Amino acid sequence: MATYDWIFDGLGLRQWCDGDGSGGSAPMSMADLMNQTGNAPERTIWDTPFPSMDALNDACASFPQSRELTRGLERGFLDIKDALSYVLDPLTQPLSWALQNALWLFQETPWWIMIPVLALVVLAISKSWKLVAFVAGSFAALAFIDYYDYAMQTLAIIFVCAVICVALGVPIGIAMSRSDRFQGGMIPVLDMLQTLPPFVYLIPLIFLFSVTEPKLYGIAIILYAIVPVIRLTNLGIRLVDKEVIEAADAFGMTKRQKLYGVQIPLALPNIMAGVNQTIMMSLAMVVIASLVSAPGLGVLVLRGIRNLELGVGLISGLGIVLLAVILDRSTKAALARVNAAQKH
Amino acid sequence: MADPKISIRNLYKIFGDDPQAALTHAKAGMHKDELLEAHRHVLGLRDINVDMQAGEITVVMGLSGSGKSTLIRHLNRLIEPTDGEVVIAGENIMDYSDAQLRALRRKQMSMVFQKFALLPHRTVLENAATPMIVDGEKRSAWEAEATKWLDRVGLQGQGPQYPHQLSGGMQQRVGIARALTSNSDIMLMDEAFSALDPLIRTDMQDLLLELQRELQKTVVFITHDLDEALKLADHLVILKDGEVVQQGEPQHILMHPNDPYIVDFISDINRARVLRARTVMRETTEDPGGLAGAVDENATLEDVIAKADGDTNLSFRVLRDDTMAGILSMTDVVKALVPTDAAEDGMRKAS
Repeated sequence: MATYDWIFDGLGLRQWCDGDGSGGSAPMSMADLMNQTGNAPERTIWDTPFPSMDALNDACASFPQSRELTRGLERGFLDIKDALSYVLDPLTQPLSWALQNALWLFQETPWWIMIPVLALVVLAISKSWKLVAFVAGSFAALAFIDYYDYAMQTLAIIFVCAVICVALGVPIGIAMSRSDRFQGGMIPVLDMLQTLPPFVYLIPLIFLFSVTEPKLYGIAIILYAIVPVIRLTNLGIRLVDKEVIEAADAFGMTKRQKLYGVQIPLALPNIMAGVNQTIMMSLAMVVIASLVSAPGLGVLVLRGIRNLELGVGLISGLGIVLLAVILDRSTKAALARVNAAQKH
Repeated sequence: MADPKISIRNLYKIFGDDPQAALTHAKAGMHKDELLEAHRHVLGLRDINVDMQAGEITVVMGLSGSGKSTLIRHLNRLIEPTDGEVVIAGENIMDYSDAQLRALRRKQMSMVFQKFALLPHRTVLENAATPMIVDGEKRSAWEAEATKWLDRVGLQGQGPQYPHQLSGGMQQRVGIARALTSNSDIMLMDEAFSALDPLIRTDMQDLLLELQRELQKTVVFITHDLDEALKLADHLVILKDGEVVQQGEPQHILMHPNDPYIVDFISDINRARVLRARTVMRETTEDPGGLAGAVDENATLEDVIAKADGDTNLSFRVLRDDTMAGILSMTDVVKALVPTDAAEDGMRKAS
């Protein structure tokens, strides 16, 4: 006798309930088992269960249990999986290719070329010798403790993912700034991407792609990190001074002239802030992505956890911090230069 | 008079969810307050008819919310009207396609903005050359032209600077140079000098008058400042709540205001400095004798009072192009200094 028998009796559904298999379809839960062995305790009003799927299943065996829900979702996903990967596989193949090549390039380039090149890049975007010295010093320190290869792997992955995030995110942000309706549709999606726990991204991806393919972690990182650059591009373009836009219109600029000549340049500080955030978030995700075979410092962190190698975990963690500081300072320096060029 | 360069006909602008429905009410005679109360629509402009002559400065004056900035944006269709026509050089620009409209904005019109609206990431020279760059001209062409106009507005050698490195007055000079570089006939100035401090504003007004004497453009100038309006206007249009209350020659409006709103408006100004001899004089070509001297028709009453040394018994001969056009008695001069009531009865006395 279950609490909610009366609902099905009242609705005259008793026959449907007992109809097929009489509870045989639903697997037995531990609680059911306990109830069967011991004497069912007397129920008081305090024990009244919420009319959940499981509680209703107790009363009526034909009613699905809640585990049917998750199982149904799983089955549904598995059903469309083949079709989905048939479409997604070739589409995302360039990502695998880019990641493999970047990893190869960053690792095969000897350190005595790589470190000076990185220093030059930092010099070009920041124009600050202090920062260059810091970056060169950091890489030298990482190399000295033999973490150079791992750091380069991480850097290669971030490089590819950040470039793709910007290449996709900026146009999406521009489209959002132009259409309120598109913005309204995108914001919930972006909110979800941003709040979904990073591990959750990995689950469907593991089903879709093979764990040995680089694009698996590439997609996870891009989905997680693309949000800020989209948001800030949209915001930046919407924040461009109305009067300047009006002036652009008044002098007969075309939409394209306005976009490239006025809106993007004036939104650049915000877009750069988005790029900075995107790089930081890819760095966070690259550690989690080591769970699905992403190489780099994250693997060492994972080793630290798995094998309880305290030293390895801590040092590689600090290495990630060092990379984060380098990337953050470099992009911030570039941002500051953009800001200085166009204060009002 | 020749055909007007710009002619605004029966222009209506209503802001709200359903402007067409509200338009019928406005056309039936509803005014701004009633329309807002009864139909929740804001009346921007109501039945505007203004002719602007080529080569003149037309000043549109009104307080905030009177619709003056809305009006000027209809001239290049930055704002679309709810109803009515804007005819420029004989063509109704409401019929223009996007491409025609762009051509109009590039070739025939230029605009100067209250907050300058310069592109902060471009140099002063590039800003001044904006109209030509937009039009796809070569650097060699726009560089010379923009430099010429920058020099003309008094910004010699400032080309390589960025706008934020200049003061407000200098930035607006760049704004004016930018408008001039387009070599368009029509110049729209939206409260162009309102953001500047008073001394610089006077400088800029003088600069505009000087350029106008030289270039003879059709200028539409928006302002909320009556002194500025009187100083610049050949034709003055006064707006209130989206409607034209009075328009005409500024001197005429000063002497014959037809609305208590205008009486209020003009009660605070220094009439001696604004009114001119020709406005107050009695027209005649006969010399009655006993005149104390001659003044030019464009002399302000202040000049005349100074010349008479305050003596109210004197009369002067008024000269137009060195021939006599009328007689100005000091009694009339003093009388003219008392603010006029509105032409119709029952109007509130200006205090």
